[in-house]
Amino acid sequence: MSGAVPSEALTQALAEGYTAKKGTLASLTPNDTHYCPGCEHGTITRLIGMALENLGLRERAVMCDSVGCSVLSYNYFNCDHIQCAHGRAPAVGTGIKRANSDLVVFTTQGDGDALAIGMGETVWAAIRGMPLSIFLINNAIYGMTGGQMAPTTLPNQPTTTTPYGRDIEQTGAPLDICKLLATIDNASYVRRVSAIVQPMETRKETIYSTKNLKQVYTAIENAFKAQLAGKYGFVEILSTCNINWKMPILESKKFGHENLTGTYPLGVYRDDLELEAKA
Amino acid sequence: MSAPRDYLKGNEAIAYGALHAGVNAYFAYPITPSSEVPETFAREFGRRDDDGNETWPEFRVFMQSASELEAINMTIGAAATGVRAMTFTSSPGFSLKQEGLSYAVGMELPLLIGNVNRGGPGLGNISPEQSDYHQCTRGGGHGGYKLIVLAPATGQEIGTYPALGFDLAFKYRQPVVILTDAFTGQIKEDIEFPHIEPREYDTSWAVSGARDREPNIINSLHLDADDLEAHAQRLNAKWDTIYENEVRYEEYLIDDAELVVVAYGIMARLLKAAVNRAREAGHKVGLLRPITIWPFPHKRLTELIHRTRGFLVGELNAGQMIEDVRLAVEGRRPVRHVHRYGGNLPTGKELDAAIAEVLA
Repeated sequence: MSGAVPSEALTQALAEGYTAKKGTLASLTPNDTHYCPGCEHGTITRLIGMALENLGLRERAVMCDSVGCSVLSYNYFNCDHIQCAHGRAPAVGTGIKRANSDLVVFTTQGDGDALAIGMGETVWAAIRGMPLSIFLINNAIYGMTGGQMAPTTLPNQPTTTTPYGRDIEQTGAPLDICKLLATIDNASYVRRVSAIVQPMETRKETIYSTKNLKQVYTAIENAFKAQLAGKYGFVEILSTCNINWKMPILESKKFGHENLTGTYPLGVYRDDLELEAKA
Repeated sequence: MSAPRDYLKGNEAIAYGALHAGVNAYFAYPITPSSEVPETFAREFGRRDDDGNETWPEFRVFMQSASELEAINMTIGAAATGVRAMTFTSSPGFSLKQEGLSYAVGMELPLLIGNVNRGGPGLGNISPEQSDYHQCTRGGGHGGYKLIVLAPATGQEIGTYPALGFDLAFKYRQPVVILTDAFTGQIKEDIEFPHIEPREYDTSWAVSGARDREPNIINSLHLDADDLEAHAQRLNAKWDTIYENEVRYEEYLIDDAELVVVAYGIMARLLKAAVNRAREAGHKVGLLRPITIWPFPHKRLTELIHRTRGFLVGELNAGQMIEDVRLAVEGRRPVRHVHRYGGNLPTGKELDAAIAEVLA
């Protein structure tokens, strides 16, 4: 899972994520996922599954499924689930965690779910320092509903509701949620990573670096460790949406690297527990 | 305070009634005229007696949310773990909670929610109305559903309905509403809390960690049309059962009544007095007071048709429950309406005149 691997091997490795031939991971079901080819969601699913497994959390885990591409998560994670209303997963998770603090409560939310309709719930979970592990998948667009403008859509980026490109004079600028959450006292762990594999041209072929997936895994594990220490953990994971970006997969990976990470700098925004040093 | 008897506002009685019933989690958002409910819970949370014993050992969670949406979704989360979870609000807040209620119905979660009905629409005012009757009894959110709605008229009932509400919520795995109004919530009365045996409910469906069992999935999503239809059929069968078995009402001087007055909550108390005055004047008038406004006592009203000359419906709205009474009466007798709204109550004279008009 580190270094540069040939695209063929990568395709095979990622296919495990996409089609969920999940092997021996008890934390994942054997079901095929519904994620589109080229999407990072399957990979992220597998990395979260690995973290649950490695930390021995599956039997204590409750996933708050959100609305958007994460809506069918109960088909993929082999743990207890509650499927929440659009944007409300952190509030539902708060109720679960307060009622039974032995449970390990986590959610994957999209940028629309967490940052538009669910912004209040997102921020308030952080203000309270709720021991929840929240994984935001930021692909700069509404995926499930078919490609509308998200709070994280880039300036001038075309979407179905900004067909001539996002006009930030009218719609506001892209939202850097990590920067915002980092200002909140009780937001103990906040990190932004990218699950977008990096295309690299060689003389013979295009290869992809998956080095950053190691960081994604570490961040996911740290968000769970924060919860186990009674603290709030938030990981924003940059992803592509080649279908709704209307790009071939390779081009979407390039676009992600060239543009998303520019607007949304990777890094550790808060690490009060010094989890990064221990990792 | 755990005295079995006390002099309390309706809103305080709700809280103590729930505490006596073993409420585990309460989620609060302040709104007038219901704020004494969360304030009472907040005062009692973590209380210990002089010997250091917890007064309410089962009351483990009190939390103030940042919005009505958070409050209902936190209640949903706690309910999903199988505990007795509760939230309370007043009309504008109840509107905001409709999304959550629709999900809770779809997910078949037992929870208790209250609405202290104030004047509307919009911000209206903070005075009593019964204008949320339709919203409560017709399923105020999307998707078509029924809620069990308990409408207490006295402090004594308010104090005992949380226990009944939790029993019904867990029995049928769905939300139960306690509907009061700004008067019923604010009137101070002498209330006795009966001893309640600890209840054990089946919570095998709850999220508790998939240890030595298959995962529990609490979900309202059924993408396949046949799946969703089957789910809805099961829910509707449940509501049929509730409609058959859980209708509650009080009858007062009904046996020989030629005029049946129908009213709930605070209006039933006013009209009970009016019925007494009519009786003193020699008129055969009785009162039927729905306690469950859903399921509504349609059948009982239909039974009464043949021996009555008419019906009078009293409400603090322009005419909502009267639709249920008309359904039951099937056009076979006159059904008249007496009402005030905007926070006003009808005077005794107005009620007496309405009764006299039907009898004339």
